[in-house]
Amino acid sequence: MAAGRPVQVYLDLLSQPCRAVYILLTCTKIPHKVHAVALRKGEHRTPEFTNMNLMQKVPVLVDSGFILTESDAILKYLATQYDVPEHWYPRQPQQRARVDEYTAWHHTNTRAHAAKVFILEVALNNALSNLKNTLDKLETMFLRRQPFLCGDDITVADLLAICELMQPLGAGRDILKDHPQLQRWRSRVQSAVGKSFDEAHAVLYLNIIHPPTLKNQLGSNPVGNL
Amino acid sequence: MAVELFLDLFSQPCRAVYIFAKKNNIPFEFRRISLMDGEHFGEEFGKINLMRKVPALRDGDFYLAESIAIMIYLAEKFETPDFWYPTDIRQRARVNEYLSWQHQGIRTHSSKVFWLRVMIPMVMGVEVPKEKMDAALEDLNSSLKLIEEKFLDDRPFIAGDQVSLADIVAIVEIMQPVGSGLDVFQGRLKLSAWRDRVQAAIGKELFDEAHQAILGAQENVKLLDPTVLQASKSKILRYFM
Repeated sequence: MAAGRPVQVYLDLLSQPCRAVYILLTCTKIPHKVHAVALRKGEHRTPEFTNMNLMQKVPVLVDSGFILTESDAILKYLATQYDVPEHWYPRQPQQRARVDEYTAWHHTNTRAHAAKVFILEVALNNALSNLKNTLDKLETMFLRRQPFLCGDDITVADLLAICELMQPLGAGRDILKDHPQLQRWRSRVQSAVGKSFDEAHAVLYLNIIHPPTLKNQLGSNPVGNL
Repeated sequence: MAVELFLDLFSQPCRAVYIFAKKNNIPFEFRRISLMDGEHFGEEFGKINLMRKVPALRDGDFYLAESIAIMIYLAEKFETPDFWYPTDIRQRARVNEYLSWQHQGIRTHSSKVFWLRVMIPMVMGVEVPKEKMDAALEDLNSSLKLIEEKFLDDRPFIAGDQVSLADIVAIVEIMQPVGSGLDVFQGRLKLSAWRDRVQAAIGKELFDEAHQAILGAQENVKLLDPTVLQASKSKILRYFM
């Protein structure tokens, strides 16, 4: 049933559905040609690509002029058009229905959530990188040869800064973990303001999920059953 | 024993299954599951579908969820006319393409608009911030534009000259915001013309019957017991807002 010309596929292996298509093509040895589309370089937004797929997405399959998008449609097309082992997309109606059931459910479940985690992790890495630049500047510029940000005494600047730097703790991350100079400054601020520090941060502490060592680093006894 | 279909016609995918089954005179037992009354959380329904969603099918000891899988299964089992889900591989792929795209492409947006316009303000008594509503409407508009430009283009139906499962699945989703009082067909000539064709292909009587509940939604929800949704209130708000 295979056509003479190999099927053309437009893929970026950074994309999950593209990888699924690629794996089916290669392990079932369907004759194909891969056209790499670098999403990071915006190659899916060129006029040529848009002409082929208005939605500017990968994967795209082109089979002798027949253009098809959507990975589950593509996978099912390949499994039926080409001579592949039947288990990939069974013909028996109830077995096939099971596959159709999963591929439908997949969109708003597996795909939605795993993809989101990846996107957020990338964004988080960028944010952490930017934060590191700021922490380095705090240490080398503001805290250079002085105990507080603006001199020998605590100022309102220290209050603003410490509250921001404490915030990620609410999500379980101590961003000062690898910055001993900033940790020492934090302790100085805590000493200078006394118990008002923990009172202010009580709500934040309640949200913390952290390893036991952090409680020691904080040096105080936060509210709640931590 | 006949096939059992567990449905609530408030739900778009349930309407699609209902329309498809009735149009093709497929014999089935209609098992009404009222989502608004939380019947999908009942013990009995949990045995039908662990994920507690409608539509669901029971055929003897075979259980199936997901409207698309259900319709394809029924099409095959009851040998419905070919155009609904063509045996021609490329035409079938065209239908599959739409059925795949629509999950995130339109279903998400049409559901959201309905919830933001009706369920959340009217049943849960929570005001929806303007920017959330505007964003949801913008997403819906983009989807409708794509349906007109790509999935319809210059064709009478999504797959070509004849109606298919793709058109049924599309129309029920587009009707959801209509149920919230938003006439999405206004100003969209291509979409309106396609709607008329789909209605004619399905049969206006069946189409209207299937959509009676959702089109009366704004009135019907006033009769709802708001405490039923209380338990899932924070989850619902987090999901939609």
